[in-house]
Amino acid sequence: MSVHAPLPHDAAALHVTGAARYIDDGPVPGDCLHLAFGLSRIAAGRVTTLQLDAVRAAPGIVAVLSGADFDVIPDCSPSAHDEPLLSDGAVHYLGQPLFLVVARSHLAARRAAVLAEVAYKEAPPILSIDDALAAGSLFEDGPRVYIKGNVEAALAQAPRVIEGRIDIGGQEHFYLEGQAALALPQEGGDMVVQSSSQHPTEIQHKVAEAIGKPMHAVRVEVRRMGGGFGGKESQGNHLAIACAVVAARTGQPVKMRYDRDDDFLITGKRHDLRIEYRAGVDDEGRILAVDFVHSMRCGWSQDLSLPVADRAMLHADNAYLLPHVRITSYRLRTNTQSATAFRGFGGPQGMAGIERVMDHIAHALGRDPLQVRCRNYYQAARTEGTVPDRTDPGGRGTMRTGTGHGHGAHSPMPMVGQNTTPYGMEVTDFILHKMTDALAARCNYAERRGAAATWNATNPVLKRGIALTPVKFGISFTLTHLNQAGALVHVYQDGSIHMTHGGTEMGQGLFQKVAQVAAARFGVPLDQVKITATDTAKVPNTSATAASSGSDLNGMAVQNACDKIKARIAGVVAPDLQAEPGAVVFRDGMVCAGGAEMPFTEAVAKTYMARVSLSATGFYRTPGLEWDQRTGRGRPFFYFAYGTACSEVVIDTLTGENRILRTDILHDCGTSLNPALDIGQIEGGFVQGAGWLTTEELVWDAKGALRTHAPSTYKIPAASDRPDIFNVNLWDQPNREGTIYRSKAVGEPPLMLAISVLSALQAACAACGPHFPDLQAPATPEAVLAAVARSRGSR
Amino acid sequence: MGIRFLLNGEAQEVEATPTTTLLYWLREQARLTGTKEGCNEGDCGACTVMVTDAQGSRALNACILFLPQLAGKAVRTVEGIAGPEGQMHPVQQAMVDHHGSQCGFCTPGFVVSMAVAHLNRRTDYDDQLAGNLCRCTGYAPIIRAAQAAADQPVPQWMLDDARAVQLLPPDGGAAGHPPPCIPKGADDLANWYEAHPEATLIAGATDVGLWVTKGLRELAPVAFLNQCEDLRGIVDDGKTLRIGAMVTLTELLPIMQGRHPGFAEMIRRYGAVQVRNAATVGGNIANGSPIGDGPPALIALGARLHLRKGAVRREIPLEDFFLDYGRQDRAPGEFIEAVSLPVQPDHLRCYKLSKRFDQDISALCGCFNIRVENGYVAAARIAFGGMAGVPKRASSVEVALQGQPWTEDTVRGAMARFARDFTPLSDMRASATYRLTAAQNMLMRACLDSRGEAVSVLEVRP
Repeated sequence: MSVHAPLPHDAAALHVTGAARYIDDGPVPGDCLHLAFGLSRIAAGRVTTLQLDAVRAAPGIVAVLSGADFDVIPDCSPSAHDEPLLSDGAVHYLGQPLFLVVARSHLAARRAAVLAEVAYKEAPPILSIDDALAAGSLFEDGPRVYIKGNVEAALAQAPRVIEGRIDIGGQEHFYLEGQAALALPQEGGDMVVQSSSQHPTEIQHKVAEAIGKPMHAVRVEVRRMGGGFGGKESQGNHLAIACAVVAARTGQPVKMRYDRDDDFLITGKRHDLRIEYRAGVDDEGRILAVDFVHSMRCGWSQDLSLPVADRAMLHADNAYLLPHVRITSYRLRTNTQSATAFRGFGGPQGMAGIERVMDHIAHALGRDPLQVRCRNYYQAARTEGTVPDRTDPGGRGTMRTGTGHGHGAHSPMPMVGQNTTPYGMEVTDFILHKMTDALAARCNYAERRGAAATWNATNPVLKRGIALTPVKFGISFTLTHLNQAGALVHVYQDGSIHMTHGGTEMGQGLFQKVAQVAAARFGVPLDQVKITATDTAKVPNTSATAASSGSDLNGMAVQNACDKIKARIAGVVAPDLQAEPGAVVFRDGMVCAGGAEMPFTEAVAKTYMARVSLSATGFYRTPGLEWDQRTGRGRPFFYFAYGTACSEVVIDTLTGENRILRTDILHDCGTSLNPALDIGQIEGGFVQGAGWLTTEELVWDAKGALRTHAPSTYKIPAASDRPDIFNVNLWDQPNREGTIYRSKAVGEPPLMLAISVLSALQAACAACGPHFPDLQAPATPEAVLAAVARSRGSR
Repeated sequence: MGIRFLLNGEAQEVEATPTTTLLYWLREQARLTGTKEGCNEGDCGACTVMVTDAQGSRALNACILFLPQLAGKAVRTVEGIAGPEGQMHPVQQAMVDHHGSQCGFCTPGFVVSMAVAHLNRRTDYDDQLAGNLCRCTGYAPIIRAAQAAADQPVPQWMLDDARAVQLLPPDGGAAGHPPPCIPKGADDLANWYEAHPEATLIAGATDVGLWVTKGLRELAPVAFLNQCEDLRGIVDDGKTLRIGAMVTLTELLPIMQGRHPGFAEMIRRYGAVQVRNAATVGGNIANGSPIGDGPPALIALGARLHLRKGAVRREIPLEDFFLDYGRQDRAPGEFIEAVSLPVQPDHLRCYKLSKRFDQDISALCGCFNIRVENGYVAAARIAFGGMAGVPKRASSVEVALQGQPWTEDTVRGAMARFARDFTPLSDMRASATYRLTAAQNMLMRACLDSRGEAVSVLEVRP
């Protein structure tokens, strides 16, 4: 069967030969126009003069548009209608598009875009978290607060209270393919848009709004992205809208791609987050209460910041049962790029906070941090590792639609001591006790921790650190209505299958995984299933491919469509097989019942001849979700994905240079749909997360200019930055919930395995002296050297 | 006559402005879109191509490679890495088998770098692939693929370019509007440049390339130095080692391995393969950057610079060339012919400090040439990059060490002197405070290092 097989990415052969096409690669009509934005050079204030004559006079220029050229400036926001395509005169960040150059070539557009003469009236920009807190510059009226129990009372009674703060920097996505879009005008004012987007429906919606048409007039197609990571969930809107608006005006095809520096300057990044904590603990390191304050820098517009900040709060507990907890979240408006979705969607930042608390407790008590972590874990699932209702062979019983998990939604306040999260969801599938034990044994954690201490005692300059940290990540969109997906499956007369669904391919292997589902449903070889581009005209009203949900949602939708067609085929051929339709099974290219069988192709041909439809839509909605975002109560997640990682690092106490020596990972993908692709997500996610926490530093200057705006200054991991020894294994146990073939989502959770690196670096710094080193993130050499100094008490 | 070169085995003759990049031409004119633009500044490797000439085959970044630099050479893009019948190269097949691609956008660049390494039988993959960034895979499957393909024979078509370039006319022809100057040697260059002192000289284009792709500057007139063979030599007369201005960092690395391994190790981390294959010793000096990694090491070694204008030659200590930020002791029409070093026993230690180990510009770079006799400092030349507007010697520190016992106490005493020599700036690479502290600590590292203490995280094994 094709599911569970470690097959290569569906486009691997195209990738390696250079034949895989991205937006900028395909042939375009000869009259195609090209765009570039002219950008603001200040962070806050107003444009007083926008002199564009030199831009218009440049070679190859067709037109130059500013906000004044629109009756209503098109909006690009995915949420709050607060992102005009071009400035309306107000400047909100350095890099904001002020005008749009329309040219005959990409280069001509770029060259002209720097020729404008712009005068500004500058205002003092609000750049940092401190600036925004001081100015009270917030989204929403005040902070959002989740409360479980009575934090102040519990802190007052706690034998010890540990306080601290960690500032966690943001992260640039650095998808290798920059943002790009192509608009092809059609008859009657319709528009076809090719976009490098994780969210074709959003592109369709925003383009339709911009050109004043119903959504049915706009068709958006996405074959693949050269990386997304959340950076193409909303940030592609601007290019698609610009192209469509110009295409509508000129009747010519229009393409736009950002130069890399523009991409850095214009688009949003991961949110930086300051976490202040007060934790009450007993002498065994058990947490009695925690009070968290999150201050999240959201940038100039709302974009997706509110749900990102929510998810940071929703992962403030990570794997730990917090009897009394309060999480206060400030969403800060600043004159910087509008921070946006990035793999983990705030979860990694929130999780890093509680992991820092664990390290801090262990340091204060002189205990092994792993012991402290395990002591605070949620209680294990009662039937850990077993599945009460295994998938039935026909596959129709795998969707559980009851609401047997809706505890939180109906209980007013989660009770102290129950196995509930700070938002009142009971944790019923907790498997980290066994996973942690298994990984600790496999990687010789205890022995190596002792060896590192011995090594540190004899090495004055270099210090090692080792840490084992867990991940518990909630799977589902927290905007509950997004947890739906559609699919369209055709079976042609020759038995070949055309499959499409609402998910987009950004490298994660979603298309292959879902094709494996379709092939498995029909019992045919994988090459009988054609993978096609995501297309809003085939599957409407899709959610973004985000929140790790791609295969969960779209796999189920495709299964649903396939099963409809299978039922029809079974109905037609059952008499031939002398069986009831319900007894017909599809396997090994045959349609079988009892001892009788016929080739799939023959069954398809018979179905066609019987004038029965061989095409079906499929649909899926995640069951059991009940979530009140406003009160922070309910069951926002269908299930949790778990993982655990042990990293060992070495630091140089003279310079702060550091690197990862070894990482061992045990990660839970349920029953993997494709172990090769899942391991790829884990390895890649870990290294990306390690980059976020070490080398990747975003630096803005005092004027609000992003100084790290290209790979020359912004350093994502290179090949030698991966751990010298890098062992990744899957915890191969079926999901307790009825997901597609009992698999689990894998896109985001592995990124947070890299918190083990930050924790290990923290441990290495702590080996330099008696004080808590308070290592900040990213742990650049400079940050590590500062932490070493704090550890020694010399700063 | 246009610029003549081979593209995937086929002869090309191209008319283009001299600063047309190979990447632009490939994608926009030749419609070969397998080669990708990831950053357009030579840092991501998505545009990597293989270029073959008499010196061999090497990987270069097409985004900052101008067409006249290719005259008489053979270019192979990802489309030409597969065989003429579409057979996959062993590295391509291994990338499929080992799941080395996810989004696929960096993949063509990786495939070319891997195929070049495979051709040249290089197996130091972390170095060979340091100039190729991947955001999806975490590199592990790519390295597994490279290892899996290592033992496969080199396909015939990968060997064809080396033979075919011998049949091309040596100059390959050159034209454009206006036509670039491609001098045939130092004399030719000296005459032309004296007459055109406003011109831009282009050696490897790893810096000048960005003036065009990022600065959007129109450069004219320009001269391409790639055919000045007499600027390429490395000569050791027993007393001095003379390194021609056009010697690439790739060529310098093995020379230094035998003489000053600390310098060689720093060159290993200078840019990445694609950059070192293009960047020249002369260019790294001439651009006057305060953060170039070559000058501090060369200054610490007592290098002298050989300048020429027309028929007039002069020689100065290298540190005297750097007058101030953006200002060098170079007359209009004057160019660098060579840099020379006294042949000496090795006492050099080079410490490059950056956020990422590979392909990163130094926050600071300290080079310590300290000769110790009988436990005392007999001579100290210490030079830093990233600590001032120019590469600069730590003169006060040198004085504080001179004649003193080479001990931690002496070092601690000398550390305070750094503040006299340097007033570093804060920028996106590091704060001024960190730079000063780390520079001081580097002196301690040099002392401990000389005693055999473990001081490099790169040398620690799991």
